[in-house]
Amino acid sequence: MSITYLEAIREAQAKLLRDDKRVFIYGQDVGGSFGGAFKATKGLAKEFPGRVLNTPISEDAMVGTAIGAALEGMRPIVEMQFADFSSIALNQILNNAGTHYWRTNVPIPITVRLPSGGTKGSGPFHSQSMESLYAHYPGLIVMTPATVEDAYTMLIDAVAIDDPVIYCEHKYLYYHLKADSLPNDRMPVGKARIARTGRDLTIVSYSAMLHESLSAAEEIAKEGFEIEVVDLRTVKPLDTAAVLASVARTGRLLAVGESFPWGGVTAEVIARVATEGFHLLDAAPARVNAKDTPIPYHPNLWSTHRPSSKVIAAKARKILRE
Amino acid sequence: MLQTARPRKKSQPKAPVHEKYLEAFRWMLLTRTFEEKLASMYRGGRITGGVYVGKGQEAISVACGIFLQKGDIFAPLIRDQAGRSAFGEPLVDVARTYLGSRTGPMRGRDGNIHRGSPRDGQLAMISHLGAMVSVVVGSLMAKRGRGEKNFIGLTAIGEGGMQTGATHEGMNIAAVEHVPLVVVATNNHYAYSTPNDREFACANLVDRARGYGFEGYELDGTDLAQCLDVIGTAVKRARAGRPPQLVVASILRLAGHGEHDDFSYVTDDIRKEPFAIDCLQRTEAFIKERELADAATLQRWREEAAEEVENAFSAAQKEPVPNGEEEDWCAISTRDLVDEIE
Ligand SMILES: Cc1ncc(C[n+]2csc(CCOP(=O)(O)OP(=O)(O)O)c2C)c(N)n1
Ligand SMILES: [Mg+2]
Repeated sequence: MSITYLEAIREAQAKLLRDDKRVFIYGQDVGGSFGGAFKATKGLAKEFPGRVLNTPISEDAMVGTAIGAALEGMRPIVEMQFADFSSIALNQILNNAGTHYWRTNVPIPITVRLPSGGTKGSGPFHSQSMESLYAHYPGLIVMTPATVEDAYTMLIDAVAIDDPVIYCEHKYLYYHLKADSLPNDRMPVGKARIARTGRDLTIVSYSAMLHESLSAAEEIAKEGFEIEVVDLRTVKPLDTAAVLASVARTGRLLAVGESFPWGGVTAEVIARVATEGFHLLDAAPARVNAKDTPIPYHPNLWSTHRPSSKVIAAKARKILRE
Repeated sequence: MLQTARPRKKSQPKAPVHEKYLEAFRWMLLTRTFEEKLASMYRGGRITGGVYVGKGQEAISVACGIFLQKGDIFAPLIRDQAGRSAFGEPLVDVARTYLGSRTGPMRGRDGNIHRGSPRDGQLAMISHLGAMVSVVVGSLMAKRGRGEKNFIGLTAIGEGGMQTGATHEGMNIAAVEHVPLVVVATNNHYAYSTPNDREFACANLVDRARGYGFEGYELDGTDLAQCLDVIGTAVKRARAGRPPQLVVASILRLAGHGEHDDFSYVTDDIRKEPFAIDCLQRTEAFIKERELADAATLQRWREEAAEEVENAFSAAQKEPVPNGEEEDWCAISTRDLVDEIE
């Protein structure tokens, strides 16, 4: 048997609906026999009548409704059709859900699923990676699973957490990533994982970029360098201790992310290492991000806009030469 | 079906008085007394940030709160002190929030009108107008899902806030979900300094009820009897499982947008309109005319209101204010997931 990243997300939701009466799924086209634009809720509406609900195209109201339901003890999962459209719900997510616990002492346990990241031909409005933006605001937890196992266990964790969770699931990984079976164990939320051990350079990454980073490490291994690759798993909280521990072993740092370059997760990783672990560094840290333009449509442009294993490897070689 | 109650010419002299009329008047009086004190403290430099009062809107607001019961959800807005009090918000919590008391519901973390007690069904508004509409919808869906009965949600909005996308999405989704929601929209003829002709171009805001699948009503917000009658009816109909209800009330905002605002942009002509009448004065005149309470009783009510206001402020003033050094600066409840940033 093999299971994809996307199937893991569906299975996690099936389990959540089965095990917890408080859970319901709210989003565009998630219900009926359709099961969502990517089929992440396929068959769930039939299996759990009245708990997988189609909504109008109203991202603000979808999240507002989830917040209200959460206040009354429910555990809603909101599916955005694409991460990009969650911009319409920013106000509810950042200003309502994100401030609520701080203001009133009452937390808002909602999970917002964002089908994120670029795929060929998707263009400026169906490709965005918004984790950096959500991580910037207080009051939210931001998950960026990079493996089938994490896609499954972290979604279950997201719903269990009493605070709002932005769950960034990568569309490129939906069908590409496969595992033999669903995991029985889980890593704790907020802890990074060493995806590959090494001694010469640390690459910190997450989500789809983890896989580009691993390929780059593979490539460079042929040249005699051992790269350690850290999978952040959640970008907020960011496991600074794990990153520092890795840099302590390697003395070099490259941060790789798919979101836009200004600020963001990679800048945050470098800022933390520079301020808390400056003495650990043998070379200037560097980062690779998408380009500072909207995300292009044509595959020739897109594959250059997005960080690739080639660009990551080139940057890694440069740091290794220093 | 659109059910539109046209404003009546004048309360009939011998028409029976609503059973909640005097109780409502006392909440209005308490609100006016409280907010006058608040404004004077603001002018004296004793309040940090803004002060927003509901002068002229007390009759509408009290009618929003007075029919609500335990188990209902109320999402009030800027000018809803009367309704908040009628639904059970302790006055001391208002004073605490304006003074930033550490023991108040918002603990100095949020101020003025941005307060609530969500566990008691009093939602804490965020500034962004219209954002609370869909939140109430979600709470009502959850209650229905749990098998609760006989509950409703009520939220207030200004004619300015009615023009946001959030309000539109919220009202539409309320009707789609067929939840027992009452939206009370007050057209006080200004959004901050902007008059109606730059806010919307439809003939009448209540016509939107039909567009959303709500039942709609209009009322004269200077007339407490109408406010109680129409909003009370809307609440009953929502409880009875009718579609969501929209009430559009007309008044003039009789104060600045906030106390910092001299509202000199309010034209003399508009101040002469019938909707510019002060609802509190009108209510008191009606009480005297119909001899619902004698002069001594009215005087006693005034004194009691003043005393209650005094007590609220003096209690709140004795409480400690927050201290930045002692704050835990933690925006999530899951403490082991706090992102430790140096
Ligand atoms: C989305 C949004 N934009 C702007 C503001 C700033 N603002 C606060 S109150 C207000 C005017 C509101 O007018 P209205 O809804 O008619 O309510 P009123 O003040 O008249 O009671 C504005 C512009 C806001 N709170 N929310
Ligand atoms: Mg107004």
